[in-house]
Amino acid sequence: MKRTLRLASLALVAVTALALLASAGSSVAWAQKSTADGIAEYRAMLQDGNPAELFEARGEGLWQKKRGPKNESLQKCDLGKGAGVVKGAFVELPRYFADTQRVQDLESRLLTCMETLQGFSAAEIAATPFGQKEQVSLEGLVAWISSESRGMKFNLPQSHAAEKTMYEVGKRMFFTRGGTHDFSCASCHGSDDKRIRLQELPNLTRQPGAANGFGAWPAYRLSSGELWGMQRRLNDCYRQQRFPYPGFASDVTIALGVYMGVNGKGGESIAPALKR
Amino acid sequence: MSDPMRIRAQVAGANATVRVLMSHEMETGQRRDAGGKVIPAWHITEVTAIHNGKPVMTAEWGPAVSKNPFLQFTVKGAKVGDKIGVTWKDNRGDTRTDEATVS
Repeated sequence: MKRTLRLASLALVAVTALALLASAGSSVAWAQKSTADGIAEYRAMLQDGNPAELFEARGEGLWQKKRGPKNESLQKCDLGKGAGVVKGAFVELPRYFADTQRVQDLESRLLTCMETLQGFSAAEIAATPFGQKEQVSLEGLVAWISSESRGMKFNLPQSHAAEKTMYEVGKRMFFTRGGTHDFSCASCHGSDDKRIRLQELPNLTRQPGAANGFGAWPAYRLSSGELWGMQRRLNDCYRQQRFPYPGFASDVTIALGVYMGVNGKGGESIAPALKR
Repeated sequence: MSDPMRIRAQVAGANATVRVLMSHEMETGQRRDAGGKVIPAWHITEVTAIHNGKPVMTAEWGPAVSKNPFLQFTVKGAKVGDKIGVTWKDNRGDTRTDEATVS
């Protein structure tokens, strides 16, 4: 046992998010910094061991593995840059796809590939609650595919008429107020320097907020230990607005993705990121 | 079948810094599901590390450790090319071992 102690020293075991936040608070002068600095420091401490990596590894395996009723892999899936091209695809989504004649984001495009290549039912997966069955496969896939574009700049295409239309639809949705609280996306994300509790909220109508907000998802959420894609993120935005839940991979969610992504043009993708 | 760990071992001076990400639910046994039934405890109970076949660390873990835990430790005297192995055991008797080479 003595020998064990001499040879190795235990430096750090990441325990719960709360415990780490507390220890960060005791070693630094809180009052000297903004809350955002504190949260950034806390994220930097944990970034080294971002559990999203576990999902990336799982997703890479799922991309290559022969699965589904047709026993096929996803390696022929066209994410917009040609069949099987993954690198750089994430920073150009959502975009228009000629085969489906739709503007699609990463998750809706994956549903198309899983249906046409592997024989899964896209409608069935879209109706599956988050965190269950094939929705779990999507978590890994979006984590890996987004990680392949890490550090690249967002450059969503706006050349096709459908892409321009979706931008305008997304903009309209972003500013549409409704529900019991008369909320819109813009209520929280339409101007600078807004907060919810201690978190500063990105202004998604322009840079740098648009890329910071849009470009951080998919992300691993420490508080729940789950990997969330953009679809789940938007679903939760609507929950907080007290709106009805949007359909998974529905046009309204894709339009919002186009709006935020185009606003974030030139910003760097850090996905899959780490969130509180 | 559990997912593989992600292990990185890098030389830092005369030692090596080892970072390990484990994929595990780490259920505490304190939570209840939607139906009010207790979700049974399911967590890692023991983590061991070996350096070129020799044990260098044993840690006892419990339900206070987070889901998908991250562990970092220093191995004294480890050099480039050395093998670092990490094993966890959980309270269901499941176990997983992965290995990395120090770089």
